Amino acid sequence: MSADVDLWAVPLAVFAGAIRAGSPFLFVSLGECLTERGGRINLGLEGALVMGAMSAYGGAVLSGSPWLGLLAAIVAGGLLGLLHGLICSLPRVNDIAVGIGLMLLGIGLAFFLGKPFIQPRAPGLPAFELGAWSSNPLVREALRINVLFPLGLAACALMHLALTRTRWGLALRCVGDSQDTARALGLPILRLRLSATALGGALAGIGGASLSLFYPGSWNEGLSSGQGLMAVALVVFARWQPWRCLYAALLFGGAGALGPALQAAGVTGAYHLFNAAPYVLTLALMAFASERTGAPGELRLSR
Amino acid sequence: MAALELEVVDLGKRFGDFVALQGVSTKVAAGSFHALLGENGAGKSTLVKCIVGYQMPDEGAILVDRREREIRHPADADALGLGMVYQHFTLAPGLSVLENLVLARPRLPAVLDWAAERARLEAFLDTAPLHVPLDAPVATLAAGQKQKAEILKQLYLDRRFLILDEPTSVLTPQEADEVLGLLHGLTRAGRLSVLMISHKFREVEAFCDEVTVLRRGRYVGRGGVAELGRERMAALMMGSEALPEPPARAARVPGVTRLRVADLAVHDDKGVAAVAGMGFDVRAGEIVGLAGVSGNGQRELVEALLGQRAVAAGVLEVDGAAYRGSRAEIDRAGLASLPEEPLKNACVPQMSVADNLALRSFDRPPQTRLGWLRRGTIRARGRELIAAFQVRTPGPDAPIAALSGGNVQRAVLARELAQPRALLIVANPVFGLDFASAAAIHQRLMAARNAGAAVLLVSEDLDEILALADRVLVISGGRIVHETTPAAADRHTLGRHMAAH
Ligand SMILES: Nc1ncnc2c1ncn2[C@@H]1O[C@H](COP(=O)(O)OP(=O)(O)OP(=O)(O)O)[C@@H](O)[C@H]1O
Ligand SMILES: [Mg+2]
Repeated sequence: MSADVDLWAVPLAVFAGAIRAGSPFLFVSLGECLTERGGRINLGLEGALVMGAMSAYGGAVLSGSPWLGLLAAIVAGGLLGLLHGLICSLPRVNDIAVGIGLMLLGIGLAFFLGKPFIQPRAPGLPAFELGAWSSNPLVREALRINVLFPLGLAACALMHLALTRTRWGLALRCVGDSQDTARALGLPILRLRLSATALGGALAGIGGASLSLFYPGSWNEGLSSGQGLMAVALVVFARWQPWRCLYAALLFGGAGALGPALQAAGVTGAYHLFNAAPYVLTLALMAFASERTGAPGELRLSR
Repeated sequence: MAALELEVVDLGKRFGDFVALQGVSTKVAAGSFHALLGENGAGKSTLVKCIVGYQMPDEGAILVDRREREIRHPADADALGLGMVYQHFTLAPGLSVLENLVLARPRLPAVLDWAAERARLEAFLDTAPLHVPLDAPVATLAAGQKQKAEILKQLYLDRRFLILDEPTSVLTPQEADEVLGLLHGLTRAGRLSVLMISHKFREVEAFCDEVTVLRRGRYVGRGGVAELGRERMAALMMGSEALPEPPARAARVPGVTRLRVADLAVHDDKGVAAVAGMGFDVRAGEIVGLAGVSGNGQRELVEALLGQRAVAAGVLEVDGAAYRGSRAEIDRAGLASLPEEPLKNACVPQMSVADNLALRSFDRPPQTRLGWLRRGTIRARGRELIAAFQVRTPGPDAPIAALSGGNVQRAVLARELAQPRALLIVANPVFGLDFASAAAIHQRLMAARNAGAAVLLVSEDLDEILALADRVLVISGGRIVHETTPAAADRHTLGRHMAAH
């Protein structure tokens, strides 16, 4: 291969990576966004993500259908989210601590239950071959869009509409902004929060499914690289807006693809440094996205 | 929709061992404007919270239009047409006024049609004499606007009985008259009954028909405002306690300059200049009154003086030395302070009253020995201060956040004035206090001045400033725009300077 073709491949690979590796970021950050709009932070979404990945893979292996696997991920993630909401509703419970506990629980449970699924191959989720017109394999590969990505776009749109145009969304924002106000209005605070944390967990579960059933498309214990935790930073960066979660997820996905793409192009010098790009980005965002406009008032971290 | 009648019978409420209400009975006639009076901590807020279901009474009954009703939840009160404007703001700060009002309205459809909601609300606003911007987040509104929005919300909900907990404490007298006048009109039209908690006799006399008085959680009397008169109402509130004497100003010439501010600039939270080119002196043995409408840089100025906010530029000196409000400097200056919203700005809300009283001195003997805190001494000192300043609290170990608004104020003053001070910085010191506590605090401020302390009194209450100050400064748009003495001052000129910005 000649040098100019290689360099041309880098942005293409970053674009492909943005969508491929951005999908789990998108779902888990949407999940975190929804949870935080209700005034709680759920670090346990990392656990829901890993549990989702395992359930999706195991479900697909056992049933032979990736769609049933996806359903299993939604249920598993949703249950973990619900558990977070329930435990946090007890008096004097800190949502951060519970989140860390649930993260460890979710990861541990997934590793324990997932042992038998490391070997077998599960049927993967289908993809749209938007690059079929091209004869260039790089282009074809880059335009292979997994089905979950459009689903994520739909989730973004739905969540935006739900938050701005429905009674449920307005009430949830009120609960997240000021619990006292919500109480004075007689809103069902617990129910609203539970619905948000459960849905948030389910979204994180879908994020896990996109890891195990599409990219990288396997189940093992090193599958997640902390997407569930980084989602917290993403949501700050996205100022708690679903659409901005999409941009943030693409940015992080693309940053994750930078290292491998450069390596493929023959730039090997700072390989590990480029691989760390998403984490560096996380730190940079946390350090510089100090403007907290739009933060739900009940979030303890935003005070 | 017709106004409701409300009656409470033998209501009782306790918090742990502490009896907040006992055997309270009273009645508000349909279409009347009723005042609920009592000292700080008398149980007024507790009583009305029980009526609207925000708290549950332990005993007693509530009758609405002569039928006994179970009100277990604000939604129950809502369904009956009872509404309340709380002592603290209750609109969600991150949502817009429109969103807050829409969320509160009953029978809200699951899918919102914002255009229709806005049209509906605007049609209602055309009939209401109050105006607030609809689309700004509530957090960005000034206090007066927030209060108007709160009342607007209640009116929007078609209330037939409205409870107001110190509704005018954040309003200027003109705004207060406007709001209360409107509500008064609705009572005369027979559409609304109002139960209002207030510490301001002027308002009670101008707008209320009847009063109920509470003292230490018990009912002590009721009657028509005109029949009782101010004297009798005050006597009912106070019981056998003696009224404090009005503060006596000792004749003295101001001494050396204690606090010097020159060309000071301070930024607000958004980084915009809130105070710019500010300059004034405060000398020993004088009270300098800083008058102005809230939101003209007073908060930022006081925060800068207390070391809570960075100084952007300019000179800030105490006793001729540069001063930035570190703990050591505050000690050296002998500074005492009472910032506004003391629960938020001068207390740790979840810590006990005794611990909060020790915040200035906990790390020194006798409260500390060899680097170890002596809990017993801290509690004992807390008890002494609680007694000396008549802080009404369930005990020294109760979290300070559980105290009534006025008692938080007293607790902070107790801490600050526990030892003689050379420099006092106080902001709205009697905000929300009953008249007796207000008089007691004014007396302490005057006593400190007479003893040679330099006092900076920042207040939105012109009467307070004219009564206490030796010199009056007017702040507007973050700078001093006018200086005069109380003797030479006329309200009209002051008002013009205050509104200058
Ligand atoms: N949640 C609570 N826990 C413990 N004590 C409480 C609680 N709420 C109120 N109290 C106590 O009950 C008493 C009555 O309080 P309340 O707020 O009703 O007074 P208030 O008459 O409204 O006074 P103010 O004029 O200062 O607002 C106070 O002594 C207060 O410390
Ligand atoms: Mg009160």
